[in-house]
Amino acid sequence: MSSNLDQLYRRVIMDHYKNPRNKGSIEDGALTIDMNNPTCGDRIHLTLQVENGKIQNAKFDGEGCSISMASASMMTQAVKGKSVEEALQLSTTFSEMMLGKDYDDSLELDDIEALSGVSQFPARIKCATLAWKAMEKGVSEEKE
Amino acid sequence: MLNTKEIRSYFPILDQEINGHPLVYLDNGATSQKPIQVIEAIKKYYEFENSNVHRGVHTLGNRATDSYEGAREKVRKFINAKSTKEVIFTRGTTTAINMVAQSYGQANLKEGDEIVITHMEHHSNIIPWQQLAKKTGAVLKYIDLEADGTLSLEKVRETITNQTKIVSIVYVSNVLGTMNPIKEITQIAHEHGAVMVVDGAQAAPHLKLDVQDLDCDFLAFSGHKMCGPTGIGVLYGKEALLDKMEPFEFGGEMIDFVGLYDSTWKELPWKFEGGTPIIAGAIGLGAAIDFLEEIGLDEIEKHEHELAAYAMEKMSAIDGLSIYGPVDPTKRAGIVTFNLDDVHPHDVATVLDMSGIAVRAGHHCAQPLMKWLQCVATARASFYIYNSEEDLDRLVTGLLSAKEYFNDVF
Repeated sequence: MSSNLDQLYRRVIMDHYKNPRNKGSIEDGALTIDMNNPTCGDRIHLTLQVENGKIQNAKFDGEGCSISMASASMMTQAVKGKSVEEALQLSTTFSEMMLGKDYDDSLELDDIEALSGVSQFPARIKCATLAWKAMEKGVSEEKE
Repeated sequence: MLNTKEIRSYFPILDQEINGHPLVYLDNGATSQKPIQVIEAIKKYYEFENSNVHRGVHTLGNRATDSYEGAREKVRKFINAKSTKEVIFTRGTTTAINMVAQSYGQANLKEGDEIVITHMEHHSNIIPWQQLAKKTGAVLKYIDLEADGTLSLEKVRETITNQTKIVSIVYVSNVLGTMNPIKEITQIAHEHGAVMVVDGAQAAPHLKLDVQDLDCDFLAFSGHKMCGPTGIGVLYGKEALLDKMEPFEFGGEMIDFVGLYDSTWKELPWKFEGGTPIIAGAIGLGAAIDFLEEIGLDEIEKHEHELAAYAMEKMSAIDGLSIYGPVDPTKRAGIVTFNLDDVHPHDVATVLDMSGIAVRAGHHCAQPLMKWLQCVATARASFYIYNSEEDLDRLVTGLLSAKEYFNDVF
């Protein structure tokens, strides 16, 4: 049993789950996005501080399974300091990874790559993509 | 205990491996599996009888009509309704409750009237009433639960008043497994002149229903949780009430005479069955009823109490596992909802799935109840006629390894 599960629950994922990075909320003047998975109850509250087309800061709060919370932690870490364009590019790459497609590995994926095993567990893909969808929604509202 | 080995042999789907392990299916609260008898009945209909009902002069039309109406009679006997006029085929429990809310509710409720439900309802027995309250100006009230997830008749009496026009309560909770005292609540509702609606989705598969004994005014249930196909359900209603109600959908099949600007409706129950009905679904449900009655509903209920008692004993021995709902297994159906330490229910469900064990994880379409339980999500194991103590042993072993995996490995 464990070998299959280890594809999903890599050590780095569990580390993000148990010690989430950027947990909390940016108080002033930040973009606020609330999203949930209506089928399972996962919930994320994401705040993004975007200035001059660059994500200066990103924080999240929420409740959910290890995959959804670890993915949120990794996402905030990855997009912080990136331009909106770069963050969206990263998000596209992440979606491709979740669908089990070939993805652009020239980008700096760091910890995110540990989530690639999720593509083998169709029921869990929506857990992993929640935080990314919230980020996309936030920056696209900013652009409008 | 039922002869689960024999019963299992009728369910082809159960005879397979999932992720390298024999399947243990414990998600019956979501939907049950289908025995070969039901699959064959649907196959036979499509191979020898398929035709539209109530209109063909030809032989196939008669065969289809006989089988469809035969299924209605089986349902009538199954719930002990007085007449087949009181048995309406619907798409499922959700449609049946919506029919009552829209047809009966909109015609009979006005501003200031009350609709009473409980904190343990499935979304399908909450949202139709929220919508009805918004449209009519009626007030939606909730009966509070006891700490163990049961209803006290005292609180039922406190909540139902002379302004209450509709009381709608689940017979068996899909999360807590609680079996509610429907007969007593119906009596209280009637004392105040309210109609009693029963959500029987989790009751019909598991215990003997008797609408005359319960004296409820409406009862809704689905076929797919009781060995029948998806897409078919039943609305029972007392004839006197149904008679006065307007149809829910308008079109073919439900009409008597159609003029250019006005039309009249067929008699009960057909005035509520607009369009070509779910013929194969009804026939499949009829076969499911035959199958369940062959085993015996009383035997099924007993089997589930025994499984619930066994599961609760074994599961409570797991350190860090909490079970929600009534502690007394005789007060609950074969549904055990739980959480394991800090392991999120999705993660529990994934680990179990890797061992071939299917359970549900999430909010179980009961978000207000999750709020009451103060948790975001839970895991649920729900049992049926083919489950045995060995299945529950597999579940316990799976839970222990999930615990070990998350607490020790990381």
